[in-house]
Amino acid sequence: MTLLSLRGTRRATKQSCAPGEQAGGQDGSRLLRFARNDIAWFALALLVLTCFALPAHAVRPDEMLPDPVLEARARDIGKELRCLVCRNQSIDDSEADLAHDLRVLVRERLKAGDSNDEVVAYIRARYGDFVLLRPPFEVSTWLLWGGPLLLLLIGLWGIGRYLRRQAGISAPPPLSPDEERRLAHILEHGADPKETAPKEAAR
Amino acid sequence: MQRWFYVLPVVVFGLMAAGFYFGLRIDSNVLPSALINEEAPHFDLPPLPGRDKGFSSADLQGHVSLVNTFASWCGPCRMEHPVLNALAKTKRVPIYGINYKDAGEAANGWIAALGDPYAQIGMDSGRVGIDWGVYGVPETFIVDKTGHIRYKHVGPLSEADIDKTILPLVAQLQK
Repeated sequence: MTLLSLRGTRRATKQSCAPGEQAGGQDGSRLLRFARNDIAWFALALLVLTCFALPAHAVRPDEMLPDPVLEARARDIGKELRCLVCRNQSIDDSEADLAHDLRVLVRERLKAGDSNDEVVAYIRARYGDFVLLRPPFEVSTWLLWGGPLLLLLIGLWGIGRYLRRQAGISAPPPLSPDEERRLAHILEHGADPKETAPKEAAR
Repeated sequence: MQRWFYVLPVVVFGLMAAGFYFGLRIDSNVLPSALINEEAPHFDLPPLPGRDKGFSSADLQGHVSLVNTFASWCGPCRMEHPVLNALAKTKRVPIYGINYKDAGEAANGWIAALGDPYAQIGMDSGRVGIDWGVYGVPETFIVDKTGHIRYKHVGPLSEADIDKTILPLVAQLQK
């Protein structure tokens, strides 16, 4: 909006001097008025604040591990595990009782010395692939992961085919040997033998 | 361009329609169990207050069993309970109960009011439930003679489930 009004001002000054100055003054005061507007500042503050907003976690303080490194690992794992009660939430985001139990379990396994992968494997052995929010790449899931690429390739193939067909239509067919001879004649003598020949016969 | 190319959209639409038709019939509330054909988890659960026998994985060896998770706070379990009582009366298969995340007295009151179809009951604070892959009670498992899980039913069992699925499979496994 600011840019637009500035551009408008410049154009106005180019056209004629006096009215341009007038228009510029008007636009400037409108800008100032906008900047002084409380609502504008409020909206800006709101916009900036929302940039700092973090997703709410359901992880309770009493669940957290005293060791910040282990707790950070537990959060990494929790983000990847589906809460089986609320389905589209991770166990870290869900308030469900089962999610709480799984968060505690994840932390217990970590304290027992499991690696992140071992913890995930432990839960996966009990709840299956569905518990993973990021499905693994397997024989049964290649279409899921490869689908977009497959569609892209089909699209590219279609475009290629279309373009090749378009090129075929616009390029004229090659000259026949007879036409080549005529062309050579025209270039050499400046006349078409087919057009000149009947004239000579008439004479 | 070839004639078949014009039929392609119709074919693609047909395939998608078939996919959606069958996809919509899948009950998304029932998740496939990762434990089918796996050995049942090892556990040893304490009894309800006032009883002396709990329920452990050793009880599942040597015969086909039904393992049912239930809780007094669970509405669908109340719906399912008469079906379990009727099944227990037939003595076709022993039913073992995992009392899931429940208060002992509440569970005792529930059993006293509604009847006891269970051969043995163990109290679980939730960890054994996780080992069984339980995500909501009631869930019922069929365990074969060697202690392997063969079937899982999510949600309350109906008489039709017992007659059409549970009993035929139990009979087959008991052979």
